[in-house]
Amino acid sequence: MQVKFSNKGTTLIVKVFGELDHHSTEYIKQKIDGELIKSRTKNLVFDFSNVTFMDSSGIGVIMGRFKNIQKLNGKAAIVNVNGQVKRILEMSGILKLIPVYDNLEIAINNLM
Amino acid sequence: MEPINEVKVEFLAKSSNEAFARVVAAAFVSQLDPTLEELADVKTAVSEAVTNAIIHGYENKPGYVKMICLLYDNAVEISVIDEGKGIEDIELARQPLYTSKPEMERSGMGFTVMESFMDRVEVFSEVGKGTTVKLFKAFKQHGK
Repeated sequence: MQVKFSNKGTTLIVKVFGELDHHSTEYIKQKIDGELIKSRTKNLVFDFSNVTFMDSSGIGVIMGRFKNIQKLNGKAAIVNVNGQVKRILEMSGILKLIPVYDNLEIAINNLM
Repeated sequence: MEPINEVKVEFLAKSSNEAFARVVAAAFVSQLDPTLEELADVKTAVSEAVTNAIIHGYENKPGYVKMICLLYDNAVEISVIDEGKGIEDIELARQPLYTSKPEMERSGMGFTVMESFMDRVEVFSEVGKGTTVKLFKAFKQHGK
């Protein structure tokens, strides 16, 4: 599990690599929250193109970060999800709050 | 229906073993030549059950999680067993979005994910003695 950050304007892009399960949640939460504070972030995009596995622990991570960005009056989105991840996201109802887009460009345009 | 194969593993209730458990289950089930999607279903359900055992059963205290996988001609039954604190109200625990640990940012979707990715989920639990979650899934007989 690894996360890499990049910025596009006031949008923080979080690229997640590997398996997102309970074991990796603490690490990823700390990483993202640390980054949220230090940059001038308004919106947050999760790039899941390199997520090879996710269970419901991932929902908690996404929801928790969404709440944090909401406090800053920001929005969140998810891009590049595979079939297995999409099913879990749909099941959780999270998509009503955090939309999934096909790619980064569309997500960033929609968050502006 | 008699099982055609069986595997039993026991491991410490450590979160680093969640990946180990789901990979073992997936590797064992591979004998039935399931689709990639079916394999992902099994991995996800096992991950949920084992995570529950570690977080809720043992509450991150030391203990062992046992996993028994029974293989049938075209199906698998996986039992995930802990000897932890047990579940007081199983029906409540199975409710979508219910979690006893919201402070840990748990989504409360574990049982819902298991139920939708497997054909059947059975939960047996006794307070103070532990919990057994049985996951059952039949595979499409493709390529036969």
